[in-house]
Formats: sequence, structure tokens, C-alpha cells
Amino acid sequence: MGLFDKFKSLLFGKGDVSEGTQDEKPVASKQDEPVSAMHKSPVNEAKPADMKVEQKPIIQKPKEEKPVADKITVGHVHMSGCTGCLVSLADNYEGLLTILDKYADLVYCLTLADVRHIPKMDVALVEGSVCLNDECSMEEILETRENATIVVALGGCACYGNTTRFCRGGQQNQPQHEAFLPIGDLIKVDVYIPACAPTPQQIRNVCLMAYLLLKGNDEQKALATAYLTPLMNLAAAGTEACGCDLMTEVINQGLCCGCGSCAAACTVRAVTMQYGKPQVERDLCIKCGACYAQCPRSFFSFDVCGQYESITNLITEVMKP
Amino acid sequence: MEYLGQYKAVYKAKAGCEDILAKSQDGGIVTAMFAYALETGIIDGAIVAGPGDEAYKPEPMIATTVDELLAARGTKYSISPNMALIKEATRSYGLDKIGIVGTPCQIQALRKAQLYPIGMRDVPDKIALAMGIFCMENFPYQGLFQMVEDHCATKIDNVTKMDIGKGKFSVYTERGVNSQIPLKVTHKYEQPGCHVCLDYVANMADISTGSVGTPDGWSTVFVRSAAGEAAFNKAVEAGWIVAESMDGVKPGLELVTKLATEKIDKNKSYIEHRNHAEHAALKPLRNPYI
Ligand SMILES: Cc1cc2nc3c(=O)[nH]c(=O)nc-3n(C[C@H](O)[C@H](O)[C@H](O)COP(=O)(O)OP(=O)(O)OC[C@H]3O[C@@H](n4cnc5c(N)ncnc54)[C@H](O)[C@@H]3O)c2cc1C
Ligand code: SF4
Ligand code: SF4
Ligand code: SF4
Ligand code: SF4
Repeated sequence: MGLFDKFKSLLFGKGDVSEGTQDEKPVASKQDEPVSAMHKSPVNEAKPADMKVEQKPIIQKPKEEKPVADKITVGHVHMSGCTGCLVSLADNYEGLLTILDKYADLVYCLTLADVRHIPKMDVALVEGSVCLNDECSMEEILETRENATIVVALGGCACYGNTTRFCRGGQQNQPQHEAFLPIGDLIKVDVYIPACAPTPQQIRNVCLMAYLLLKGNDEQKALATAYLTPLMNLAAAGTEACGCDLMTEVINQGLCCGCGSCAAACTVRAVTMQYGKPQVERDLCIKCGACYAQCPRSFFSFDVCGQYESITNLITEVMKP
Repeated sequence: MEYLGQYKAVYKAKAGCEDILAKSQDGGIVTAMFAYALETGIIDGAIVAGPGDEAYKPEPMIATTVDELLAARGTKYSISPNMALIKEATRSYGLDKIGIVGTPCQIQALRKAQLYPIGMRDVPDKIALAMGIFCMENFPYQGLFQMVEDHCATKIDNVTKMDIGKGKFSVYTERGVNSQIPLKVTHKYEQPGCHVCLDYVANMADISTGSVGTPDGWSTVFVRSAAGEAAFNKAVEAGWIVAESMDGVKPGLELVTKLATEKIDKNKSYIEHRNHAEHAALKPLRNPYI
């Protein structure tokens, strides 16, 4: 408990915070903007106490609101995906505004931020797989790796190929596009968020933890690391996933407890429970990786899950506008 | 303490209502808590192990009435994948405040789903009351069938209650016939996943309950989370549950601790054993705990 109590008091110790600044929040703040032009007040006291928050003169009528000094920069990089992952990010609704207000600047994002080239950023959320026939995508994925500190494969397509595994070319505009690879086959990926579409809540949790990892103190980094480790392990484990993983990695390993989480997790309802064990309709499976990642016997951290109450409260608290 | 998890209070308790007690497994705590929570709007439905198409083959079910809760009373010693309905409950049933009962592993799955909602869109904030039941092991249906029909020589359709306690697996029928076999005979029918299980008393539930520790007809109840505490205290106040102190109760927490320790230590060493450190030729099996 100690860790979280301390963590909580670090975050909220000095009380809250930034009232009603969302509406004035620019859609995308430019990174290289002179600091003096940014509105720094009220100094965001919802930030960890040990963070460097420079005291700046209060500018009475700011043109742009930027209540937090030390946000991370996040970009959404769009490869061959259906935009469902981006919609899911946006489906955090006011939560997304809170994230953008307090924790992250969206520096690159199709439709939401008007930026042409992939800039330097802390976290790149990459949606979609990469088509080998598409030179532009090949360049962009390399650029993403070069420019981002943490590359997150967002959604089944980026992690495992997902539905794009089944593409055989022939689509209008680009009939030659037929070879789609999950991004991990081309570049090193740090964190996976599987599922099609990934859930708004899972994206939110990863964004908050990435924030703590990059901007937090030692304890916050420890929490973020503990939370993110399984998702990093998934990224290290490979670029293929399928409902069959339940069989090969869980049942065949003598680990399945018959909880049914896999069946609930599958978007296409390819998993049913027969005699208390998952049965996968392999023709339905789109290879999104959700079922295996959701399984309590794929990975389970007593340190993280055992603190469900404090972490849940914390996330609720942190996400307050 | 590690073996019993964190808790705010522990009680000897039973349902305040005879109708619930009539067919509940022990003190009817799960049914009474859900019925109370349903009546007072703490939950708007609960995922329980309902009756399946074969005797004692549980089928996860979403109960939205007290009658449905009553139909799901009693322990079925076979796998009921209650988590399979967690998303369905928010979709087809449109529940915003879900109750769920589960074995410790299912409660672990639930908490993982809340913190890592990978395929669980909009689920994390809709869990209102998680009731955990103590669990030493579980059996695939065919295993249970074998234990009852073969070892206990009893037709499973005629069984009115099954029970595990005092080192025995017991089967009761209408006529009061009671077959018992030592637990040692049942071990080979356990699902293998139970052998890596590191929780006995549902450490991560809001409230967890089981028969061990208290006299027949009563339950041992751990109240663990703030949500669990609020609901439990109100249920006691309203008379849905009768709760007494565990002080002086025999066999009490001593036995609960002993069983929890035995289970967890045994399974920890089994996980170690899966590493096969002592056999250079064998590759290790996968360890789910990071
Ligand atoms: C496989 C298994 C092993 C158990 N092992 C122990 C043990 O070692 N020690 C101990 O003290 N207690 C054990 N229990 C718990 C005990 O049998 C009772 O379930 C518990 O005391 C609750 O009784 P009650 O009278 O409060 O609940 P009731 O009011 O009778 O309600 C029981 C609830 O549990 C649900 N349920 C029944 N079967 C299952 C199932 N298989 N999976 C998920 N939910 C189910 C029912 O739907 C119902 O809602 C075990 C239970 C199971 C299912
Ligand atoms: S993972 Fe699903 S939602 Fe995301 S881009 Fe691929 S198909 Fe679309
Ligand atoms: S079975 Fe379902 S959840 Fe699992 S990988 Fe296939 S589509 Fe995804
Ligand atoms: S989620 Fe994992 S443990 Fe649960 S039923 Fe599926 S495979 Fe088994
Ligand atoms: S022993 Fe553990 S894994 Fe097996 S059913 Fe009980 S809680 Fe689940």
C-alpha cells in the first residue's frame, strides 16, 4: 500500500487544479513554442510534487492555455489501419481532453492535429500494419522509430497484423498492395496494446503510465514499469497472435482455469466455452491477440492487480477534468 | 496475512432469510448479498452460476431478479466461466452496476480486466460488487460426473447437494443417502490449471466467503474493499445478513489460514517444479506470474 499512498499524495497532496480550461486548449500545441507565450497558471498542482514547475508570471488574458509545463508529447501514426483505433482513442471523450490538458500534447495525428511530417515525440501510438508495397509507409515507420522514445503498437493490426493478414491486394486505388506486416516485423516496438479495436480504457491507462514513466519520480516510474512490463513482454514475444494461443500457451501448458475472460474479450465472438474451456472457431478469428492478452494465465502480476482498488481510484482521480 | 489477503473485517455470518438459507450452500451469503444489492440498487444484475442443461453442470447466467438468484444457489463443483458474460452484461443486458460471483481465479481475471481492459471495452467502471468464494480446486464436468457416478455410485440427477469438507467429498440425495469419498480419490480429476493457483480465499474480491472456519450453516466472510464494506454493513443493518464476531469461533481463522497456506505453498512449489531446474534435459513450462 505504501507505494500507492505515497504516489497518491504526490499527485494530489497539494489539492487540485485547473478549472475549466479545456475549451481553450489548443488542439495541438507546438513544441517549439516559446515558453513565455504559454499560460502557466494556475500552476498545475495535480502534478507530482517533485516535478520542476517553473514559476512564470501569470499572463492575464492568454491566447493559448497551457496549464502544465511538463507534459509528454504523443503522436498517433496512421499506417494501414481502419481508423478504428483512433476512434477508440477519441472515445475517451472528456477523458481525452483531460489527458491533453494535463498529461500529453498531441503533436501528430491524422485529422486531429494538422502536422505533415512525423516530429520528435515521447510516445508514438502506431495504428495499422505496414504494406511493403507502399514506399511512403515504409519511410514513415522508420521515421517513427527514429523520432519516438517509446513506440506503442496500437491495436491488433500494428501488433499482429490482425485483419490485414488476410489482405490479398486487388483493392481499388492500390490493387498492388498485398503484403502487410505488423510493425514489429520491421522495427523494434516497445509496448503492445492488442485487440481490435483496442479499448479506450486500455489506451488511457497506457498513456497515463507512459506519462509517469517519463515524467514521474522513482516510485512513479516503478509503478509504471510494473504496469507496462507485461505489455512490453508481449511486444518482445513476437508478432503473431491468434485464438490458437489459448490452446498452445494456456490449455496445453496446463494453465487454464476456465474463467471465460477470453470469450468475453473476443470482438468477433470466435471463442465459446465448452466444458469450461475455450473453443476457438478458427475461421472467425481475425488474429487480434485480445483473448490471450486478456487471459489471467497469460500474464498476471500480483503487485499490480492486487492493488486494483488504489490504482482504480487513482485513475479515476487523475482523470477528473 | 499474505495467505488471507488484505481485509477490513472478518465475520461468522449467515443470511437473515430462511428462503435463502433453504438451498444455499453454506450461510447463503452470496445470494443474500446479491439479493440485497439488487433490491437497493447497488447492482442492477449479477453474474452467477446458474443451472445448466445437465445436473450440476453450471452455466453462467445474468440474474436480474431475486428468483433468478435463488435458482443459482448452491455450489456446483465444476467450472462455470462466469467472466465469459462480463461484457455481455454491459451490452445485451445494459447493466451499469454489475455483481459477479467467482472463484479466486475468476476474481483475479476480473481485476485484471479492470486494470488491463484489453478486450473489455467499457467494463472497468461497471463492476459494483465482486463476491469471491473460497476454492481449493475445481473439476471439469466429466471429472465431477466420474466422482459422483463411479466413485460415489450415485446417479448425478438424484443429487440434492454436494459438499467438500473435513477431508471428504460428500454427495447427498433426496432420501438422505450420503456417499462420501476421501478427497485423495478426487485429486486426479482436478483441472490442471488449479495446480498453479495462488489464492484460496479470493484475496481480490470486495467480499469473500466460504464454509471453512465456521460451524455448519454459517459462513466465514472477509470484507475487503471499501465498496464491499459499505454494501455488507448496510445488508447487516437491514437484516439481510446476520453477522457475528469471529472471536472464539471454532475452528476459526486458524483452519482457514492453515488450508490457505497448504494450498498456496503446494502450488508455489509446483510452479517451481515446472521450471524443472533439477532436470537439465527438460525445458521449463510457462509461468503466468511475472
Ligand atoms: C469449485 C469450488 C470449490 C470450493 N472450495 C471451497 C473450499 O475449499 N473451502 C470453502 O470454505 N469453500 C469452498 N467453496 C465455496 C463454498 O462451496 C460456497 O460456494 C460458499 O461458501 C458460498 O456459499 P453461500 O451459501 O454463501 O452461497 P450461496 O447463496 O449458496 O450461493 C453460491 C453462489 O456461488 C455460485 N457458484 C456456484 N458454483 C459456482 C462455480 N463453480 N463457479 C462460480 N460460481 C459458482 C452460485 O451461482 C451462487 O451464486 C468452493 C466453491 C466452489 C465453486
Ligand atoms: S486493430 Fe482493428 S480498429 Fe485498429 S486499425 Fe486494425 S482493424 Fe482497425
Ligand atoms: S479468437 Fe478472437 S480475440 Fe482471439 S485473436 Fe482471434 S479474433 Fe482476437
Ligand atoms: S481466459 Fe485464459 S484461463 Fe480464462 S478460460 Fe480463457 S484460456 Fe482459460
Ligand atoms: S483452485 Fe484456483 S484456479 Fe482452480 S478453480 Fe479454484 S480459484 Fe480457480
